[in-house]
Amino acid sequence: MTDRSAPLLELRGISKSFGGVTALSGVDFTLEAGEIHGLVGENGAGKSTLMKIIAGVHTGFEGEMRIAGQPARHRSARSARDAGIGMVHQELSVVPELSVAENVMLGVQPVNRLGLVDWPGMMRRARALLAELGIAVDPRVPIGSLPLGLQQLVEIARVLSSGARIVILDEPTSALSPPEVEVLFGLLRRVRDSGRSIVFISHFLEDVLAICDRITCFRNGRLIETAPVAAIDKGWIITRMIGAGHEELEAGYTGEIRLDSRPGAPVVLACEAASGPGFREVSLEARAGEVLGIYGSMGAGQLDLARALFGRTALSGGRLSLDGRPLALRNTAAARRAGIAFVPESRRSMLFAQEPVYRNVSISILDRISRLWVKPAVEREIAQRHVEALGIRPPSVHRRLGTLSGGNQQKVALAKWLTHLPRVLVLSEPTRGMDVGAKEEVVRIVRGLREQGIAVLVVSTEPETVLSLADRILVMKRGEVREEFAGGTVSKDRLLAAA
Amino acid sequence: MSTSDSAVLPRSGGGLRWLQGQLRNIAPFATLLVLVALFSIASPSFATLDNVANIARQVSVTAIIAVGLTFVILCAEIDLSVASVANAVGIMVAFFTLQDQSVNIANIPLPGAAAIALALLGSVALGAVTAFGVTVIGIPSFIMTLAMLQIGAGICAMLVRGQIAYNVPAPIELLGSGSIGPVPWIVVVAVLVLVLGHVVLSYTRFGRYVYMVGGNREAAEYSGVNVKLVLAAVLIISAVCSGIAGMLGVAHFGSAQQDEFDNYLLDAISAVVVGGTSLFGGQGGIGNTVVGLLVLGVLNNGLDHVRIDSFLKILIRGLILLLALVINVYAQRLRAKA
Repeated sequence: MTDRSAPLLELRGISKSFGGVTALSGVDFTLEAGEIHGLVGENGAGKSTLMKIIAGVHTGFEGEMRIAGQPARHRSARSARDAGIGMVHQELSVVPELSVAENVMLGVQPVNRLGLVDWPGMMRRARALLAELGIAVDPRVPIGSLPLGLQQLVEIARVLSSGARIVILDEPTSALSPPEVEVLFGLLRRVRDSGRSIVFISHFLEDVLAICDRITCFRNGRLIETAPVAAIDKGWIITRMIGAGHEELEAGYTGEIRLDSRPGAPVVLACEAASGPGFREVSLEARAGEVLGIYGSMGAGQLDLARALFGRTALSGGRLSLDGRPLALRNTAAARRAGIAFVPESRRSMLFAQEPVYRNVSISILDRISRLWVKPAVEREIAQRHVEALGIRPPSVHRRLGTLSGGNQQKVALAKWLTHLPRVLVLSEPTRGMDVGAKEEVVRIVRGLREQGIAVLVVSTEPETVLSLADRILVMKRGEVREEFAGGTVSKDRLLAAA
Repeated sequence: MSTSDSAVLPRSGGGLRWLQGQLRNIAPFATLLVLVALFSIASPSFATLDNVANIARQVSVTAIIAVGLTFVILCAEIDLSVASVANAVGIMVAFFTLQDQSVNIANIPLPGAAAIALALLGSVALGAVTAFGVTVIGIPSFIMTLAMLQIGAGICAMLVRGQIAYNVPAPIELLGSGSIGPVPWIVVVAVLVLVLGHVVLSYTRFGRYVYMVGGNREAAEYSGVNVKLVLAAVLIISAVCSGIAGMLGVAHFGSAQQDEFDNYLLDAISAVVVGGTSLFGGQGGIGNTVVGLLVLGVLNNGLDHVRIDSFLKILIRGLILLLALVINVYAQRLRAKA
């Protein structure tokens, strides 16, 4: 028997840790029937872990879960789905080649008496569902031919068609244009008015404030506060997300930080109205001896921009220039020869785990130290210098790279660009996943490079990374540069507010 | 610092781990020793100097093809067109040579040097087409070289039209079927190509790029290596090695005709993989290929000495290749863990 007065979903004392690291501690969370509930917090605050518990992805946790008053404990994502919980991930899981109708009915296709797919019935049901949700698409076209926003709406329709009473949306607006966001919101309101509930996870605070009925803030694995949206504003949320007033927490970042911009320094790399996969009309200037930070939340386009600046992806429009001369990057080798260096966000895509340290260091300077024959003795000597200068542990250039710890691997990734200094160094998420000591080391190294007149670009989705390194900051949002902080001071809350 | 502790840890039980990491090199060598021992016991005619020379001669053509293939497989690509290209280039060189009256082929006789140069150019062209398809158009090498296999067969068919040509230029004749004292020239050429391949892979910048592109293609790209250029180069090298093997092979067999090299695709791939070069790229080398060639050569030759059902022989070769593949994949996993 379901209890009419009980909330649709109720969590009590939820704790979860991964190998000794606490991800959630003592979280009490309720979701009422017919509400849109916003979840905000920084990366790693615990939102995703909580949603994965609700959706049955994480099965081992402490605490109690009730759905409509009945105790529930999912054994798998499938049992959560059977209990009426659906999740739409940030990375869409549609099958691009199949039609819209097939995607909507994926796994629940109607069959006729012969056990074959009932195509007319499937089209009819898909059409009815899409009409009910106000999604104007032809169910017969391949879903891959639709814009991303519509694909996302169709995926939400699929989750609803499988009978979900609770729909969890992870960053649903990050890839959408403003009109698409409006369509999504219309859909979400209709879903809510039909008595179903939505959990809306997002970094876009305006979106959360525009659509949600209640908002819950997470920080460091704890639920900080839940409030109805009418009573709060953006400042209220940011204060709770970053914990202003708790001096022991991240004191260095809540305060104002001086920006050390050097507007007079010569421009090294300039980018004029550059467009490419993931970014549009980006103009920027990187100056000698200055660290330019580019901040944006996940999917805002700054990581894509960094790849294009290293010639990994081609520009579809706009111009690049280096030292005032036009620059065309046909591939990464051309970028390297032009004096551009890049450290990607993932170590795995930068390093050769099976090879010794010295070969990892020498790969990007091989054509400078040897023409035909490799010179391992020279390579080892160069690598040895970097290993000592950067304090790489253990201090052996013969060790297979894969046996080094993550922080030391990151230093090797940096070392490969330090022998012949580049004109421009692009660092993507340079401190991701590092402990405090290693982060300070990176800050020290980057400052040192800046002093030598290199134009450094730091792109990141973590405000701390940009704030601790940059002399000037651009904020990107939905593929475009939205704001620049140069000179004066900046603080984390202002950065978050701009993104 | 805690990081130094964790990095030192793998040293405990280092002996076993080292062995695991070396499995891909040890297993083929152990297989070779076992096979030699077995056949020596089973047949008095196996372990003779004459027979060693036989084995060397028998694997020479495969060896030249396998050198080029080693480059390709080290880059985590595959070339299925090697035997077909060898056949086509072998026929090309005969096509440009004066044939006897009895041979009814509308060929174009040229001086020997020109014939050889044109045939070599032909191999470069075939390799370049493959390289273009793989690197510029983006066709997976597995499919692209499958198409090239068919194209090579087509060139063979068009040039000889079901006939057999016998004459090749004198230098090719000498290198393919002549001897220098007791040693056949083709063995000398095979050894030279193996040594050259080893030197290029181990001691040159290009060789290093081959290993790095095979080890982690994305990382090579992010290090500013021109990955497509490296891939194009290894595919052309493979075609040229096949071309050389094809020309000498035609002289070695004494005739140029269609479908002459059909066994060599499987033999060359087997030699590289049985030797322990990783199918996932980045690990292995010519040393491995030499051991793989000897395993295959000893197996083929030894089975002839022990009077075994010739149909069973085919099955046994298949099983050996399967075993090598299992070890190859297993070794990759162990090394990734070690």
